[in-house]
Amino acid sequence: MNDLARQFRDFFVSLKLTVVLLVLSLVLVFVATLDQVNLGIWAVQEKYFRSFFVLWNVKGIPVPVFPGGYLVGGFLLVNLISAHVYRFSLTWRKAGIQMTHAGLILLLIGELFTGLLQEDFSMRLEQNLPRSYSESFRENELVVIDTTDPKTDEVVAIPETLLKPGSSLQHPRLPFRLVVKDYYPNSALQMKSGAPPGSPQATQGIGTTVTAVPQALTYKQDERNIPAAWIEVAGDSGPVGTWLVTTIAGTPNSAPVLRPAQTFQQAGRSYVIAMRFSRSYKPFTLTLLKFSHDKYSGTEIPKNFSSRIRLETPAAKEDREVLVYMNNPLRYDGFTFYQASFEPGNDKVTVLQVVRNPSWLIPYIACTIMTLGLAWQFWIHLAAFIAKRTRQPQAA
Amino acid sequence: MKRFLPLAALLLAVGYIGSTLRAPKNPGAFDVNAFGRLPVLVNGRLKPLDTVARGSLLQLQGRQTVTTPDDRRLQPSEWLLDVAFRPNLADGYQHFEIVNPDVLAIFELRTADGQGDKRFSLKQLQPKIAELQRQARLADQVESAVRTPFQRGVMQLYGNLVHYQRLRHAFVSPESADFLGDLLKLQDNVKAGVEAVRARQAGQPHDEAAAKAMTEIGEKFVIMAESTTFHVVPPAADNPDQTAWRSAGAALLETFRTGAVNAAALAYAGFAHAWRNEKAEEFNKLAGLFRADLQKRFATEFGKWDAESRFNAAQPFYASSVLYALAFFLGLFSWLALPAPLARSAFWITAVAWVVTTAGIGTRMWLEGRPPVTNLYSSALFVGWGSVGLCLLLEAIYRNAVASVAAGAIGFATLLIAHHLSLSGDTLEMMRAVLDSNFWLATHVVVITAGYSATFLAGFLAIIYIFRGVLTRSLDAATADSLSRMVYGIICFATLFSFVGTILGGIWADQSWGRFWGWDPKENGALLIVLWNALILHARWGGMIRQRGLMNLAIGGNIITSWSWFGTNMLGVGLHSYGFTDAAFLALSSFVASQLAIIAVGCLPSRLWRSSGTAVARPAQ
Repeated sequence: MNDLARQFRDFFVSLKLTVVLLVLSLVLVFVATLDQVNLGIWAVQEKYFRSFFVLWNVKGIPVPVFPGGYLVGGFLLVNLISAHVYRFSLTWRKAGIQMTHAGLILLLIGELFTGLLQEDFSMRLEQNLPRSYSESFRENELVVIDTTDPKTDEVVAIPETLLKPGSSLQHPRLPFRLVVKDYYPNSALQMKSGAPPGSPQATQGIGTTVTAVPQALTYKQDERNIPAAWIEVAGDSGPVGTWLVTTIAGTPNSAPVLRPAQTFQQAGRSYVIAMRFSRSYKPFTLTLLKFSHDKYSGTEIPKNFSSRIRLETPAAKEDREVLVYMNNPLRYDGFTFYQASFEPGNDKVTVLQVVRNPSWLIPYIACTIMTLGLAWQFWIHLAAFIAKRTRQPQAA
Repeated sequence: MKRFLPLAALLLAVGYIGSTLRAPKNPGAFDVNAFGRLPVLVNGRLKPLDTVARGSLLQLQGRQTVTTPDDRRLQPSEWLLDVAFRPNLADGYQHFEIVNPDVLAIFELRTADGQGDKRFSLKQLQPKIAELQRQARLADQVESAVRTPFQRGVMQLYGNLVHYQRLRHAFVSPESADFLGDLLKLQDNVKAGVEAVRARQAGQPHDEAAAKAMTEIGEKFVIMAESTTFHVVPPAADNPDQTAWRSAGAALLETFRTGAVNAAALAYAGFAHAWRNEKAEEFNKLAGLFRADLQKRFATEFGKWDAESRFNAAQPFYASSVLYALAFFLGLFSWLALPAPLARSAFWITAVAWVVTTAGIGTRMWLEGRPPVTNLYSSALFVGWGSVGLCLLLEAIYRNAVASVAAGAIGFATLLIAHHLSLSGDTLEMMRAVLDSNFWLATHVVVITAGYSATFLAGFLAIIYIFRGVLTRSLDAATADSLSRMVYGIICFATLFSFVGTILGGIWADQSWGRFWGWDPKENGALLIVLWNALILHARWGGMIRQRGLMNLAIGGNIITSWSWFGTNMLGVGLHSYGFTDAAFLALSSFVASQLAIIAVGCLPSRLWRSSGTAVARPAQ
């Protein structure tokens, strides 16, 4: 082995590297926790943990200022694996340490997979209204639905990220173009009469009476951005009209006044245009039968939430009632449904969180290995300590 | 003589504890203790009135005793009786604590006007109550996290005045001079009166006087029902919902429907009558009868309510904190003189104090039917309990008073923290739905709190190392080695517990919220403790630190642990932010600063250590 290779090896197996990486992770976790006050939990994860470098915006240019979670975690993984391959020896004394670190390796890998594969959705169920889709917490989509056939809807969904003001979108399934006249990532609705002059104009639908005004982006955990866009439908023979679409209008979750869908006719077919939370369709249907919200007597302190839900599959393989409550989720078809929230004052609605995490088992295995390893190590130390003290009794 | 010192210390400590366990004596002819054991439903929990009286006093003025203007010392239950039944007297008691000078300025009062320079009576505040209400409305619009100290002071005082009003309206109408007489009259006339009111509403001929009397007393009941959250009237025996306790006002309003005045409400009016007219015999007889009647239905519950009042009166955590302080000083002195006898005395006193806290925590668990740690208050108790338990083990092995000094300091400090956390109200709270899982509370929370205990203990042992090394010549090689072994062992223990606790938290999170790890501040705090302890161990195994480095890093563990214990809650984000007082921020900052200062002292070159040449220069084992 030449010198360079040896230096390389010594660097990666060294305990000094471990300590440096531990210090880096301490700083990273601490700063990220503090930054949650500004950014919220989700944005912090993207910025600090699911990145190779923590970037700072210096006059519009992102400058890497600190190693991110992937880099620190990656080095820690390499350090752990190489140190173990290099120093491996099969003895009882070392078994505890080895198990602990093997578990840690698995835990880091599991966290990586979770970061890559986990999907989080929200599912809002109204009593007796079957639902077969969940909705994204953060992402939205522009949809144009062909409702000509009363039996099936044909949906064209365009992710929000493609909505750039001035851009023109042509989808092969649509006999017209969609022109994005304007787009606000976060907005609020107000009556059009009070709108500032020069704001974008809609010619059809709710946009003729109300308009959207831009708002600062929110990162709070319990709030979501309300994007708004003015979309012109442009056929071969010129514009059909411009619609204001936003996630708080024209969807089943909207307030009753804003709920009616915005429709139009083109080329002999009927369409609905809407902006909505990105949906993920499931091969089964859930129906809320009853939502219960118990409070402690004489107080507003919540004691328990539970949702009685009917689970059905189209082929009628499943048709049963389940009870979802705190600390007791429904696990079905790789998805887990948790009681997440409710709407105060409305006991006809429940909000479930839907998680798909194919690597959910890894932390359990990793932790079992690590706990056994640590316990073994602790026991060996304790036994040695006791043996030593019995050999040399205290003079006092 | 020296041989008997530890035994004497032990007997003294046991005697002191024994004295706190005696049944509380009534201050006069009135059986106020019997009154204090009567039940009330507040914040979802049935508890004795004694607990309400003590909790209210802590909330209003931070201490449980009241001195009246004519220099009588009142027991908490006596104070409650005066507040509820003799409001004219109680309004003159100085039991509202105001420390913010700007808040005081609202009332045009000076500190010298207050008892102990900070406690004021309702009568003193009365003239400017309207201005306080206006200030409270202004402050209420500001998010609580960004309120100024003045706004926080205003909100706190306003909240205390509201609480006081709730107590005044809990049993009888404070506006009525003879409420019992009013109720008895109502009992006789209710039927005719209701008919008169109905006739008046229907525009038919009616007895105007009877109708007027009905509406007048009805309005009093409505005010009572709306002004209190204390539910003192048990549900009817045939009510299927046996948790449906209600306020006296609400129960009295039922009179117009049922035609009979509620017996419990009548009993409290009777208490008011007897207390106001100083008829002790009547009061005691009523207490006996009322209790006997309730006991038919709540026999087992009365066991708990009686125990809770005794527990309140004994104040076991106060008694232990006195013993911990004593043990701390005895341990310190043992390094100067009489090492063996003083060290043994400190050990036994610590042991007694620990047994008392164990019993206290056990009683709380039994009362609540919960594992030991359910909120910040109980976590403070448990952190202290865990640390002192480890100290007793260490002291039994090393016998050099080091662990007793650490035990005294940590035991006292954690009980002091707990006392301050108890000022915000009842410490036996009902668990919110998301935390309502005895299994996870018993595993994750207990294990992680044990990890806090151990990390703190390692830090305090390290502080002893540094102070003894820098300030005294007593840190010889043997002591230094034994301290170093203790710290190392405790850090191993801390790593194990904080790691396992964090993992259990991850599993709970996966079970409840669908993710093993969510980077929630409290989770991150736990992770930081694990990382820090792992860092210390790896740095030591790699030879990067020796004895002194180990000590300095262990003190760093105090900073990390205090931050993840309290600091994360102050961020106000995430699932664990279950509320915290802003004043604690200053305390946390000063603690962190003090630890940094000690680390700086620990970094002084060896020649400045008074113990240099004995241990510090030696390489680590």
